[in-house]
Amino acid sequence: MPNFTLYINGEKRQINVDSSTPVLWVLRDELKLTGTKYGCGRGLCGACTVHINGEATRSCITAVDTVNGEEITTIEGLQQGDIFHPVQKAWMAEDVPQCGYCQSGQIMTAAALLARKPDPADEDIDAAMKMNICRCGTYQRIRKAVHHAAGEIKRG
Amino acid sequence: MADKTVINRRDFIKTATAAGAGLVIGFHLPFRNRLQAASVGLQSSFAPNAWIIVRPDNQVIFKVTKSEMGQGVWTSLPMIIAEEMDLDWSTIKVEQALESDGTGGSRSIRGLWKPLRKAGAKAKDMLLEAAAQEWQVEKNECVAENGMIKHKPTGKKFKYGDLAIAASKLPVPDKVSLKNPSDFKIIGTDALRTDTPLKINGRAQFAMDVNLDGMVYAFVVRCPIFGGTFKSMDTRKAMAINGALDIFEVSNGVAVVGSTTWAALQARKALDITWDKGTTADLNSDSIAEFLRKQGRKRAAKGRNDGNPKRALKNAKTVVEAVYQVPFQAHATMEPMNCVVDVQPDRCRLWAPTQSPGDARKQAAKITGLPKDKVEVNVTFLGGGFGRRAFNDFIGDALEVSYRMKKPVKLIWMREDDMRHDYYRPASRHIMAGGLSSDGKLEVWTHRVVAPSILFGQMFKYPVPLKDKLDIVALEGAKNIAYAIPNIRVEYKSANTAVPVGWWRSVYDSQNAYANECFIDELAESAGQDPLQFRLTYLADSPRDTQVLKMAAKKVNWGEKLSAGRFQGLACHASFKSHVAQVAEVSVNNRGMIQVHRVVCTIDCGQVVNPSIVRSQIESAIVYGLSAALKGKITIENGGVVQGNFHEFEVLRFHEMPKIEVYIVKSDEHPGGVGEPGLPPIAPAVANAVFAATGKRIRKLPIKAEDLKS
Ligand code: FES
Ligand code: FES
Repeated sequence: MPNFTLYINGEKRQINVDSSTPVLWVLRDELKLTGTKYGCGRGLCGACTVHINGEATRSCITAVDTVNGEEITTIEGLQQGDIFHPVQKAWMAEDVPQCGYCQSGQIMTAAALLARKPDPADEDIDAAMKMNICRCGTYQRIRKAVHHAAGEIKRG
Repeated sequence: MADKTVINRRDFIKTATAAGAGLVIGFHLPFRNRLQAASVGLQSSFAPNAWIIVRPDNQVIFKVTKSEMGQGVWTSLPMIIAEEMDLDWSTIKVEQALESDGTGGSRSIRGLWKPLRKAGAKAKDMLLEAAAQEWQVEKNECVAENGMIKHKPTGKKFKYGDLAIAASKLPVPDKVSLKNPSDFKIIGTDALRTDTPLKINGRAQFAMDVNLDGMVYAFVVRCPIFGGTFKSMDTRKAMAINGALDIFEVSNGVAVVGSTTWAALQARKALDITWDKGTTADLNSDSIAEFLRKQGRKRAAKGRNDGNPKRALKNAKTVVEAVYQVPFQAHATMEPMNCVVDVQPDRCRLWAPTQSPGDARKQAAKITGLPKDKVEVNVTFLGGGFGRRAFNDFIGDALEVSYRMKKPVKLIWMREDDMRHDYYRPASRHIMAGGLSSDGKLEVWTHRVVAPSILFGQMFKYPVPLKDKLDIVALEGAKNIAYAIPNIRVEYKSANTAVPVGWWRSVYDSQNAYANECFIDELAESAGQDPLQFRLTYLADSPRDTQVLKMAAKKVNWGEKLSAGRFQGLACHASFKSHVAQVAEVSVNNRGMIQVHRVVCTIDCGQVVNPSIVRSQIESAIVYGLSAALKGKITIENGGVVQGNFHEFEVLRFHEMPKIEVYIVKSDEHPGGVGEPGLPPIAPAVANAVFAATGKRIRKLPIKAEDLKS
């Protein structure tokens, strides 16, 4: 089986898998990074969102051979040691999650948005977050938390 | 309001499944907790009941005996015990109990409110006793405060942990007094959820996240046709896939096992199965609708009869008739069904996102032949439940595969499996008639519910009295309408099909409330009255419904002019012992596109444990209900479900989210349910608002743009 090199959460990882394997299953099965979730497998729900070179990407439809040598950040790598990312802090302050299953994806999408647009308008938040389904309906709190995180980033 | 049904559906499950420890709604199960304590070397800890362990190092552990599926039991349940026990909330560590109880019916707080309070009060009493003995003082000179016992005269203090060993030797008192609600310090606060920190960095463990040594990965392919069975297969191509390990028949279809998820998926794709289509291969949505229509014309079973509805309809000045139709709905929990099982010769362990762990244990014993006490059921976090995970079909799959492979197995359903093999919210048909007198008074109300029965459907093949003639669960929310009308008749006609049906967030209350609350609007219109006033007239005997309705109306300034293009509709409905009213504000453009801008919801759910969680549950129920009212539905073709994934079964997304405001009535009544009651009013509130906007009555869900185009 072919060998791939990925830089995951700052660490160099070598893996041998079938080249069509989606990054989602590489993370979950090979690297036991289970924070990234399977929700639809077709790029429809956002549960599997990770950052590839900083961009929010659906890992379920991203074959490993298309990202060889790239940098991937997963939900596990969002915080720096004990220091939470502003989005994570905002998620805690607003007590966003219910079942929590969609939340890794929501947080990764929001973090990528704020990296791109530190002070997003509601329309920007709509455009980014509509890719992520939450069946528990936490959308209202997510919106609040994104604004909350933006405020925190602004204050530094 | 008329009292609720005689057989409650959860009670029914309890007896019907005789689930043993799994469903005993726990009063005192100290033995169970002592066993747990012993198993982790905590013999010297104070474990006075099934929920709390106080360790000598002052660590307090709360064991949650319900499944956490987002509804907040990891927070609300420990809050109740912490209150009566005067625990220091910040020191509590919450864990899932090894053996959890069944979860559903918006019942966790309702059912555990008293037991948890009593358990907390008793534990506190024992700690007081232990302190008094230790200090050799009178117990009434001691008080409990924030995790400590204080001796008032001297100011001496013990932390609870210091007393753990002494208290554990004391007998559990028979009687204790509970706090006066005005003294509550924890109950009633917006305490942050204890599971949130686990859910923001990937640490929360769902069953799918469990990894065991030597584990293999499996899918079970089911026949796409309900009632179809396995006939034959060609496994050559599939087994040629790198990492394909085995393919074999199981009870629910064909298992495909691989060394990784991806290998198993590839093998699954390459597998060629021939199914025996069975007798229902020509079933489709039209034929089901026709069947319901036919059943609706037949004699139905009487659920309620007040006065003389027949005569009243004959004498009415105006008779209004309407038929409402509701489709099958999938649960589509965000986490598809999945389960990790390790069957060994002498024991079986499973990790499952289930609402019915007691059943899981029974299933495991049956499939493996092991005694029940050799089965360990770990309830993980559930990625949404909504009733779906009361059914353990996915656990059976995993058990069979692990048993056969003699290896730990991670079994995952693809989204398509999940959507096409659900236990759907029943499709239903509601035949309504109402009669008004010449002065516009509502004299008579009749409602015939035609729907598949969950109780007497495929799941429960038990000899139940009355057979399928009268399924009173199907009349929940229909039979017990709050409106005081002199003549009422509510009937049920069963219409079972091959499509599996099951509990779905608020179940039949959702369809029945839709029919009720749209129809009462139609009657108000016929009577020439305002929908709010019309409702209030007939709610005179229902103070709690009246209060929430008036409160909601006030919050939106009902009847006052709205901004251009905005229209409001309202609905109220009581279910699971809570009373809810909602006003939806919508606009409809000329292409028939509906936008829900704002929903105001008022709820009287009795004593509130955590208002923040109540608000989030209401938001959640509204979003779930809006998805069913405006977005996806499940349709049947060629004997199976058409929709497989979120492009075909659409759900409400972020940008479609209305602004939701929740107002909670202050009340000392026994807590009511919260997970489900927010759902039933939303569809009719939106439908009534759409009528206000378009003049078109919505008698079919979901509301589709093509029906509204101007
Ligand atoms: S699992 Fe990748 S988008 Fe749904
Ligand atoms: S929190 Fe449950 S799906 Fe989003």
